[in-house]
Amino acid sequence: MILQYHTSEIIIFTENFLDNLLRGLVIEYFSVVRPDAAHPANATPADQETQTRLIAIPSQLPSSNLTTSQPSSSSPSMIRFILLQNRQGKTRLAKYYVPLEDSEKHKVEYEVHRLVVNRDPKFTNFVEFRTHKVIYRRYAGLFFSICVDITDNELVYLECIHLFVEILDHFFSNVCELDLVFNFHKVYLILDEFILAGELQETSKKAIIERMGELEKLD
Amino acid sequence: MGSWTRSGVNRSPHRPPSPPFPLLSRSTLRPPPACFPPQLPTSRASQIPRAPSPPPHLSRACARAPRDLKLDTVEKIVEDFASDMALNPFSSGTRLRDMIRAIRASKTAAEERAVVRRECAAIRTAISERGQEGLRHRNMAKLMFIHMLGYPTHFGQMECLKLIAAAGYPEKRIGYLGLMLLLDERQEVLMLVTNSLKQDLNHSSPFIVGLALCALGNICSAEMARDLAPEVEKLLRSRDVNTKKKAALCSVRIVRKVPDLAENFICLAASLLKEKHHGVLISAVQLCTELCKASKDALEYLRKNCIEGLVRILRDVSNSSYAPEYDVAGISDPFLHIRVLKLMRMLGQGDTDCSEYMNDILAQVATKTESNKNAGNAILYECVETIMGIEATSGLRVLAINILGRFLSNRDNNIRYVALNILMRAITVDTQAVQRHRVTILECVKDADASIRKRALELVFLLVNDTNVKPLTKELVDYLDVADPDFKEDLTAKICSITEKFSQEKLWYLDQMFKVLSLAGNHVKDDVWHALIVVISNASELQGYAVRSLYMALRAYSEQGSLLRVAVWCIGEYGEMLVNNLGMLEAEPPITVTESDAVDAVELGFNCYSADVTTRSMCLVALLKLSSRFPSMSERIKQIVAQNKENMVLELQQRSIEFGSIIQRHQSIRSSLLERMPVLDEAAYLVKRASATQATIPSYKPASGVTPGDLKIPNGVAKPAAAPLVDLLDLSSDDAPVTSTSATPNDFLQDLLGIGGTNLSTAGAPSASTDILMDLLSIGSSPSQNGLLDSSSPAQEKKPFSAVPQVVSLVPEPMDLLGSLSSSASSSAGTKSSTIVPQAADLLDGLSASTSVSGIDDACPSITAFQSATLKIVFDLRKQLGKPQETTIHATFTNLTSTTYTDFIFQAAVPKFIQLRLDPASGNVVPASGKGSVTQGFSVTNNQHGQKPLAMRIRMSYKVNGEDRLEQGQVSNFPPGL
Repeated sequence: MILQYHTSEIIIFTENFLDNLLRGLVIEYFSVVRPDAAHPANATPADQETQTRLIAIPSQLPSSNLTTSQPSSSSPSMIRFILLQNRQGKTRLAKYYVPLEDSEKHKVEYEVHRLVVNRDPKFTNFVEFRTHKVIYRRYAGLFFSICVDITDNELVYLECIHLFVEILDHFFSNVCELDLVFNFHKVYLILDEFILAGELQETSKKAIIERMGELEKLD
Repeated sequence: MGSWTRSGVNRSPHRPPSPPFPLLSRSTLRPPPACFPPQLPTSRASQIPRAPSPPPHLSRACARAPRDLKLDTVEKIVEDFASDMALNPFSSGTRLRDMIRAIRASKTAAEERAVVRRECAAIRTAISERGQEGLRHRNMAKLMFIHMLGYPTHFGQMECLKLIAAAGYPEKRIGYLGLMLLLDERQEVLMLVTNSLKQDLNHSSPFIVGLALCALGNICSAEMARDLAPEVEKLLRSRDVNTKKKAALCSVRIVRKVPDLAENFICLAASLLKEKHHGVLISAVQLCTELCKASKDALEYLRKNCIEGLVRILRDVSNSSYAPEYDVAGISDPFLHIRVLKLMRMLGQGDTDCSEYMNDILAQVATKTESNKNAGNAILYECVETIMGIEATSGLRVLAINILGRFLSNRDNNIRYVALNILMRAITVDTQAVQRHRVTILECVKDADASIRKRALELVFLLVNDTNVKPLTKELVDYLDVADPDFKEDLTAKICSITEKFSQEKLWYLDQMFKVLSLAGNHVKDDVWHALIVVISNASELQGYAVRSLYMALRAYSEQGSLLRVAVWCIGEYGEMLVNNLGMLEAEPPITVTESDAVDAVELGFNCYSADVTTRSMCLVALLKLSSRFPSMSERIKQIVAQNKENMVLELQQRSIEFGSIIQRHQSIRSSLLERMPVLDEAAYLVKRASATQATIPSYKPASGVTPGDLKIPNGVAKPAAAPLVDLLDLSSDDAPVTSTSATPNDFLQDLLGIGGTNLSTAGAPSASTDILMDLLSIGSSPSQNGLLDSSSPAQEKKPFSAVPQVVSLVPEPMDLLGSLSSSASSSAGTKSSTIVPQAADLLDGLSASTSVSGIDDACPSITAFQSATLKIVFDLRKQLGKPQETTIHATFTNLTSTTYTDFIFQAAVPKFIQLRLDPASGNVVPASGKGSVTQGFSVTNNQHGQKPLAMRIRMSYKVNGEDRLEQGQVSNFPPGL
């Protein structure tokens, strides 16, 4: 999907082929996220197949307009966006806390995917992205990426991602990618209980699960 | 939404929007997105089975699923499916789940697009039809999924607003979700939602209030922030914790959008800090942080009133016993820890009292936090940042630096990365402490991870000082050999800037630069090797060493672009030093290079496939120079140069023809023409380099390295027009007064023209016009230079200028020499033309002067228009051919006193029948004692030519030692006939 938005004619030319290829692979990656597979270091050997270099290093990317829409007076250390993508680059969740054009969003998603997908699991979970920084973590075939300010505390966002995954795991009891696909609106709802206005709202897994239970009853 | 209408073709309004049929009306609804294959709707419709259920894609999905999916997943799907069937009240049409399945089951992108198109059409139809309100939120959910796939969904925006306005929670939930996904703060539509938001913020159900707050917090614009701030303020006082924390974060957004509103929230935010609930606390802390950024008052208020509260929160949370709800790897709520530490940093920055208050708790956090898990390290990281940020005691700082040292030696890459990150900020606080970790940091430069490498390199760059520059550079240069190609560019740039900045001895600098050029010559920026050439040119004792080293390097690494350029330049300039081992350093081994080897090297460079036009041009110049250095090679060089007479690149073709002429026909002047370049002014170059804009560098820079000329353009004369050239070529300071540039014996132009030094030695402003050389030999293929050169007319022009004995200066006009015949008198007046006659400057081709047609008809003798005890003005008069009424005057102002005139302004007034046009003056400073002069060109047109003589009043104002002076006079001694 992603291919058709961002790339040259050559890729459009091979689009069907690639798409089929990816679809052929899709099923294989629907492995269920288990707590023990949660840490990248524990990923299965099959998951660690690529050692290839980044296609583009962050510094070569065009300068970002992620900040241009922000008031210049303050440089809020907020979350700029949260992305949830699978290995093929399909976006499963995209939450932007800064206004971006749709085309720009697609570009961002494409670039972030390219940045994180081929990184060695032993590398840092931080990639510089335009003028910002992406903190990503991989759970089975899914990449959770959070874009924050360059000076922000990376480690805590890494914990945030993990907490979010734990919440999802609790809520869907053994979450897998399909849960996120079919219940995407609930995932957004959980995210809205977890993060608001680019800031952390609740740090207790229990509180969020309880709250979700209440909300479910209303539906 | 009303912009499109349903087609009336055979459709009854109550027909359900089953998949195949909407396609019939699709073409009238909206043109398909560009990516859709252009297929006729009718033919497509005929291909799709008419039976609406069961949809074919569904069965396909089911057929595929058991084979591939894990068993439990399949069971789950089946269960979900069953429960969906039972519970979903809207079983007509496709449900969200079905649509997602259909999309997922698509085998090709085209198939997927077809499904999406079908769904979009159905949704559009549903939107336009009445009585479909019940389906609205399901359609909206579908649209959101479609949006997520990247298809356009603008038509759903109004639907969002309708859903938000609906009464029930399920509709509102989907409506707000759609609002946040499909819209953002910049859309006008958003204004319409303000009222609904206001109502929902006042709703009795806390869940609906929560929805509204969430939407507001994520997408509110400045206008909405102003409108809805009172409601949010009210909600901050609510009793419900969920509402409270959401309202607090909403306020964060509001304050970000409208900082003026900050003061309304200060007290409320401070009171929220007394809460016990972590969710409310963390939101409140974040709100306080935002308020501190937005308003000074808030900062002061919080410093006074909240610092104790914050310390208490931090103490409670870090001392609390095991709390399963907030526990992360044995640490209670690291998120809250970190937010509080961050707020403390804001409060403690520049405030000693506050900082003192925090010291204890910070020390406690820094020492007691476990550092074996990520969460603990995150807290330590934030704690170190806070200690660095506030006015902490020195003991605390030592503690912080030690934590960083531990981080740096951690095996986890993430931790090392953050350590490098903070060290970079810590370096301003405590350089010595950071220096201790130099070795470790240097290791990080060689890390496999690009993120770490980049940070480490930046840190190393900050760490370099006079004492450690040599070992550090050596390490970096050694690493350059094995570095990743992607990384070489960064690394090269940093090494170059380190060596330039800290070089104490030139030999070391040259050595390092040669290494860098050899290893990563293709990554070296232009200005770096330009600077290197300037240094070599200045270091006369090292020139021999440089050319020999470069020659050896070139033999080993012939593919490195900038190495080739520098080497070729040096071989051209210092060829004899290469061959004769002149200027040997003590430790330098002698090498044996024959003249033919040197020419070989340049020729190889010229023929190197990776060489670009600039490099090739430099090679040509070097060859030309070698032809004079090594007369025995002259014949061979002539042949090499001649090979390019038909080169496809105009620049090379032109140069080779010109150079061929020089070698062949002008042996007498060749050696002086091709003398070594005068020393380039280093300081001025550095200033230029710093101030040069990016725009002018690329086109002009290449020439600076190769132009063998004394680059002293007469001060100001050619300045306005040739500013970039000055920038590039005038390596002497162009602020220097004219007098400072006295005639240099090896002035090229002099040699070129064969003008004896006798008259030039008296020159008042003899800064010889090496523009000519620039044009003759310069290589940069900038169009302006080519334009000046006008190569199609090789004829040389002899210009009958009138010579003025007192003020002799040479014309800095390329066109004079190289025969741009189109140059008008006015343009030459813009430069400098109180000149001497270039005697039969039949330089290049020896075409007879008779072929040239001068644009200038005749010249009248110059007159002394004005002379007082202090000032003398000489007018040079010229007539345009065929325009008897027009006279071009070139005025030369000479100061007869011993004090310099500044702010010199010349004004002229003429009777009404005469038109006057003044060109800008060459400068406004007239040097003392006739050591230089200011010139100014102007033209007068006598409309009553032949009836009335030319007359003019002149006025000169200037300052002597800051004192205003004014002189006036009338010029009445114009020759008759003007």
